[in-house]
Amino acid sequence: MTPAPHAPALELRNLCKTFTLPVRNGWRTSHFDHHAVKDVSLTLPRNAILGLVGESGSGKTTTGMMAMRLVEPSSGQILVDGTDITTMDHAALKPFRRKMQVVFQDSYSALDPMLTLGQIVAEPLHIHGVGTASEQNEQALAWLQRVGLDRSYGSRYPHELSGGQRQRVAIARALILRPTVLVADEPTSALDVSVKAQIINLLLDLQAEMGLSILFISHDLSVVRSLTDKVAVMFNGRVVEHAPTEAIFTDARHPYTRSLLDAIPVLNPRLRRTRTFLSRAELASSTPHLARADLSGPVTPGPMPQMVTVGTDHLVEAIVA
Amino acid sequence: MTAILTAPRQRSPLYFAWRRFAANKAAVVAGGVLAILILMAIFAPLITKTGPSDQSFLTQALAFPSRDFWFGVDDLGRDFFTRIVHGARVSLTIGFAAAAFSVLIGIPLGAVAGYYGGRADWVVMRLIELFSVVPPLLAAMLMGALTRGGFFTIVLIAALFGWVQVCLLVRAQVKAFKEKEFVRAAQALGATPGYIIRRHLIPNSISPIIVGFVLAIPLAMMLEASLSFLGIGVPPPTPSWGQMINTGMNFMYFYWHLAVFPTAALAITVLATTLFGDGLRDALDPTLKGR
Amino acid sequence: MIRYILGRLASIALTFFVVSVIIFLMMHAVPGGPFDGNDMPVSDAVKAKLNASLGLDRPLYVQYFSYMAGVLRFDFGIPFQSPGETVLDLLARAWPPSLLLGGLGVLIGAPLGILLGMAAALRRNTWVDYLASAFATLGLTIPVFVTSMMLILVFAVWLNWVPSSGWGKPNSWILPVIAYATIPMATYARYTRSAMLDVLNKPFVTVLRAKGLSERRIIFQHVLRNAALPMVTVFLPMFIGTATGSIFVEAMFRVPGLGAYFVSSIELRDYPLEMALILLITLMFCLAYLVSDILYAFLNPRIRFGDGKK
Repeated sequence: MTPAPHAPALELRNLCKTFTLPVRNGWRTSHFDHHAVKDVSLTLPRNAILGLVGESGSGKTTTGMMAMRLVEPSSGQILVDGTDITTMDHAALKPFRRKMQVVFQDSYSALDPMLTLGQIVAEPLHIHGVGTASEQNEQALAWLQRVGLDRSYGSRYPHELSGGQRQRVAIARALILRPTVLVADEPTSALDVSVKAQIINLLLDLQAEMGLSILFISHDLSVVRSLTDKVAVMFNGRVVEHAPTEAIFTDARHPYTRSLLDAIPVLNPRLRRTRTFLSRAELASSTPHLARADLSGPVTPGPMPQMVTVGTDHLVEAIVA
Repeated sequence: MTAILTAPRQRSPLYFAWRRFAANKAAVVAGGVLAILILMAIFAPLITKTGPSDQSFLTQALAFPSRDFWFGVDDLGRDFFTRIVHGARVSLTIGFAAAAFSVLIGIPLGAVAGYYGGRADWVVMRLIELFSVVPPLLAAMLMGALTRGGFFTIVLIAALFGWVQVCLLVRAQVKAFKEKEFVRAAQALGATPGYIIRRHLIPNSISPIIVGFVLAIPLAMMLEASLSFLGIGVPPPTPSWGQMINTGMNFMYFYWHLAVFPTAALAITVLATTLFGDGLRDALDPTLKGR
Repeated sequence: MIRYILGRLASIALTFFVVSVIIFLMMHAVPGGPFDGNDMPVSDAVKAKLNASLGLDRPLYVQYFSYMAGVLRFDFGIPFQSPGETVLDLLARAWPPSLLLGGLGVLIGAPLGILLGMAAALRRNTWVDYLASAFATLGLTIPVFVTSMMLILVFAVWLNWVPSSGWGKPNSWILPVIAYATIPMATYARYTRSAMLDVLNKPFVTVLRAKGLSERRIIFQHVLRNAALPMVTVFLPMFIGTATGSIFVEAMFRVPGLGAYFVSSIELRDYPLEMALILLITLMFCLAYLVSDILYAFLNPRIRFGDGKK
């Protein structure tokens, strides 16, 4: 279980997930395969923040959940600190669970309404049997303080807090076991703009302090820009572009990435540039493989796209003729 | 590091639930009546002058209600008021005990069915179906005849027909909460399903459990009264309203008090518990109110 | 849909089978047979012979299978308490009173309940509503034998308008029918009221009003149709429940129906009759639930025509 030296904190290889949904038409029920994630490979190095962006339905949340094995992949591999955890059973997986934690978007349903904040933050210690009860309680209160809440909050309940405060509690709970990887699934999407900034700063501080690796899933590009080192853009279950953050924002190559960037609202009218906003149809015609529907319908023949290197560390999905 | 934040305490959901309950006049009155009945049952020996089986007034048998005998005297010379009050003891004890057992059976079955779904759910639903198609009274009669009545058996029988409601309520609640993120967070920590059910799902099901408990009480009481009415419930001389109604029917034309009082007592008690339970349900979770 | 029906059929069949085994075992677990009573003590040798003649000495599972084989042929055996006829004959004799009174009860109670519920919904939060709701709650919570008792006390004993018991003349039917009618009436009053309130609050009703439709037309053509679904599906089980006779009502009003015979069959250990009664009633409930499930699936446009999502 000792981590291989210099192994990335988290590595996803060729992950796929297909959901089979029943469809009722009249008195018959047929089944429909929804390929949520198709062949996604990502590497999250140690002490780095990787952003995973895409629109709703792009498969980014599912990818994050698979990385945590909260959703089982249909195929592919998940490696944590160099060890393949894809098929481990519950008992073997438990020690690895300490290394990966998650923060969700909906902070309200992420905290058990019947427990006090102290109990919520201490729960990971409780599940993994770390320390005595009073030690656990002390650690929990210390962490509450660390994320910016007064220690007296330990005896309060989730419903008494605002969204931003609840997210802090969720972060405290996620980090109390000192994981190597934190999967943050849209943690700021439900928060006001000013609170967003606070949470982002909190995450940056904690990351620097703990050498944490964060997989930051979001659809909000402006947030991603201020936080991440590298960005992977997902569309329709596939990674279409993968590059260092600034490269994405200044030198995006994939038409989908470009349309995402163009969609970011610019407040100052004088600074608004002309948009190269592409509609789905235009997107499809400019990149032929996108025209082949979701790849879940009948596949029209043609070359499959591959990732092509176009710069340092900069990969784009394109058709290699 | 961001500044340390504090905020004033807010009102808990329980406070609002209490407000809702208090607004429901019928439920509040019912609760009051229920409290009086329970007190009467507990302090029965203190408020009655003789024991319930003491045939102390044979010479005044079948006497009508008067200042000496508030509810009159029954056919075997027993003070009827005493009998009715002790009957409350029997009914309420059986009601609460049976409801408690119903809850004990219903919670684990409902939790397992709701959490695991699939085959476990199917089995539990088949069990529920089993207990739903057999008319409870007929089956209860059969079981009653099997065991010759008796206090504890009646409690068990009543529990066997009350658990279904509790199970369904818990199952619905567990299913609803299973998808919530805090359950996923616990799973992400490597918690076992057993831990999650015990520590997270069941505590969050407290309100349906309470509602199920309180609503199971009148059902159990009615079942006991029915069985006693037919002669296979609580054996005499232990007083039971159902039994007294049966006797009362024979004397009904001339001695109305033997029929009226047990009937009224049963009706009021069942009504009070049901209205109180309904009020509790509406207060704790207005969304539980269904068709 | 076909798959749904077959699935339900299979599961109901399974339930019924399990119930039959359990009931059979329970009955035979009661110590003592039909000849152990004290009114006609017989010597052990005679008892053994009598038991053998009725096949009561065979191992339980053999008895069970031979009984069920008979059931499939509609042969339920001969009731111990009245050996001159078959169980089926006895039931045929005993059921009509229950069916008549119970059926009348439902057929009168349900429409009255619907009207009551409609009135309550339309005059929401007025005295009409409160009265109707109180009445519905009372009808459902007060046990039926308590209601019967009160009816007898008031109308037969005190006012002496109708006889309190007996089976012969129609005016002795009045009280039992009223007693039977309370549950359907209360149930339907509740259902109708809540269903109508649900629908009346929906936006499409406001649209209809804005279009200028008369209130009456809105209610009858649109609101009722939408509210009808749960009421239709609950009818069949309720009818079965009432039409098989209530033990109490029959005991109190001395009606010679199914309920009365059930009580006597338990007292006399009349296995064939007991078994047949429970099985038949259970079977009817199973079928009632099956039919109403199917009816529901059929009538609910969402299930019938699919969600429209692909």
